[in-house]
Amino acid sequence: MRGQEPNAGCGTWQPSCNLFSVRKWIQPEYPKGCQVDAHHIDALIEPTRVHGSLYTDPEIFAAELETIWYQTWVYVGHESEVPAANDYVRKNIGPQDVIMVRGADGVVRLMLNRCSHRGNKVCTEASGNSGTFQCPYHGWNFRTTGELIGYPYPEGYGGRGQLDLGLAQVSRVDSHEGFMFGSLSPDGPTLTEHLGDAAGELTRLTKLSPTGELDLSTGWLRHSAKANWKFIHENETDGYHPQFVHGSIFSVADSGIGALYSENSTAVTRDLGNGHSENDLRPEFRRLGQPLGWFGTTADRLPDYVAAMQTRHGDATDEILIEGAPHVMIFPNLFVAEISIFVLQPLAVDHTVQHVTAVQFKGAPDINKRMLQQCIGSVGPAGLLLADDSEMYERNQIGVGQRSPEWLDIRRGIDRETTDEHGHLIGGATDETGMRAFWSHYRELMTHA
Amino acid sequence: MREATGPEATAVPESMRRSVEAFLFREARLADEHAYGEWEALWTDDALYWVPAADDTDPMAHMSVIHDNRRRIMTRIKQLETGKRLAQAPPSRLRRMIANVEIAAPVDGADFEVQANFVVYEARESGTRSWAGRVTYRLRPHNGEWLLSYKKVDLVDRPWNLPTLAFLI
Ligand code: FES
Ligand SMILES: [Fe+2]
Repeated sequence: MRGQEPNAGCGTWQPSCNLFSVRKWIQPEYPKGCQVDAHHIDALIEPTRVHGSLYTDPEIFAAELETIWYQTWVYVGHESEVPAANDYVRKNIGPQDVIMVRGADGVVRLMLNRCSHRGNKVCTEASGNSGTFQCPYHGWNFRTTGELIGYPYPEGYGGRGQLDLGLAQVSRVDSHEGFMFGSLSPDGPTLTEHLGDAAGELTRLTKLSPTGELDLSTGWLRHSAKANWKFIHENETDGYHPQFVHGSIFSVADSGIGALYSENSTAVTRDLGNGHSENDLRPEFRRLGQPLGWFGTTADRLPDYVAAMQTRHGDATDEILIEGAPHVMIFPNLFVAEISIFVLQPLAVDHTVQHVTAVQFKGAPDINKRMLQQCIGSVGPAGLLLADDSEMYERNQIGVGQRSPEWLDIRRGIDRETTDEHGHLIGGATDETGMRAFWSHYRELMTHA
Repeated sequence: MREATGPEATAVPESMRRSVEAFLFREARLADEHAYGEWEALWTDDALYWVPAADDTDPMAHMSVIHDNRRRIMTRIKQLETGKRLAQAPPSRLRRMIANVEIAAPVDGADFEVQANFVVYEARESGTRSWAGRVTYRLRPHNGEWLLSYKKVDLVDRPWNLPTLAFLI
């Protein structure tokens, strides 16, 4: 623990095998003699508290990359970001630079942005449309499928077509409602197994689209925080902080958000399994009983949208519009906060980028316009909400650098949790059920418990 | 290369240039010193305060770092004035330079368009960083003074990760 001498012989945590080699899924392999091993991690996580070194130890961060980020399903991008053949966007899986590209065959692929010759970047633009990627260093040329098409002066390799050196593909790619996930491990649970009941929350979001499709093409803000990714993950479904961190904006803008996270709120925090959690605000919205109340408006203000929803959903429209959009954190990096979509990118033990864009529904210009402007006001570096959250993550990061008390408390509401009809643990609106959901899955992945 | 976007180099009287620059310097000082009420009073009712997140974007169709109409400028200021906007509590210590001022003479009673380069030093307990870019202002004469109808801040580092930007840039 902190206070002990660090193990001098440990050095940097070394991945014990290559990303693309076959190994038993999520079986953590730690080098012998290293302080960071499954046993070490296990001792840092208790049911009601977690140790501060989990947020500060660079070896634990390196182990997380190997054991979580380069193994499990990670959200990468949305299909609507590459609508046409040869469209591409630069994405990421933690520090890995990933090209998401739609091939001429219509298939969306995820590839690492690393030339198979000597490692240069084959893609330098943030987005674009191109039938090939040509490496600037020695001109090797790749198809959008990742296949090597050719290389200059082929005689040096004994002629054309002699090399079978394509770009590395993300081992497994799958999607749900257009949300594309990648896993750098060839083995492991399927995306359906990983998402479990969290899949329904993404479905609930797309149901709010009158065409049943999202269009995430308004671009991304990239908000950098000097904080460990887990502080951000934990904050996303922490219903305890809004009244305090966001008190300044709640007091000057009449949004009803504050009340949703008060001690008297009927909203619940739900452990959706596999590290996913949500603030289920539907009990409050149902009590309000007003279509689009969740968006702070009324049906008559968005007549085109409501009419299109009625055409698609008929009698079910009112219920869908009353219940609104989800507030769900999908382990380890996709957060849907009603009208905003956040993607977490850990870069170092104390550095994380939150990428954020507005939810937009295909075929709903009137509500899209309002969602976009509301999202811009709330999120990103200057957001009236998120700038303050980010300030909190950064102060937390400095705080856990102090020597004591060594632990962070996560017990809030543990004695008043119940189980819902689907077998999920639920806590009160302000309880730390979501954090405990995160840590129990984290512990499972990191220790194979 | 991209097309140059500056105002047409037009000769404006020297007294006009001095008066425009005095306004820019004052706006900068009020922002640096968190004189929220006075800063807010510089704006017209149809104001727009915009910090794009990318090159060539349409703020009605794309994400922006800031895209405040007059009403949202008011909300932003009110939030800062609570003293509990945590990302500005305590406030950043700020000083900015405004340089390379170019002024376009207005066409037919439209607002004056002015561009300038800027650098801001932002010091906080967590560290000091600089922000730099080019600002486009639109100024409107009003009772012998200037009012600000538009301020667009083109940050040089906007294509990449940005830290929190909670002060008035
Ligand atoms: S490194 Fe890409 S062609 Fe040589
Ligand atoms: Fe928050």
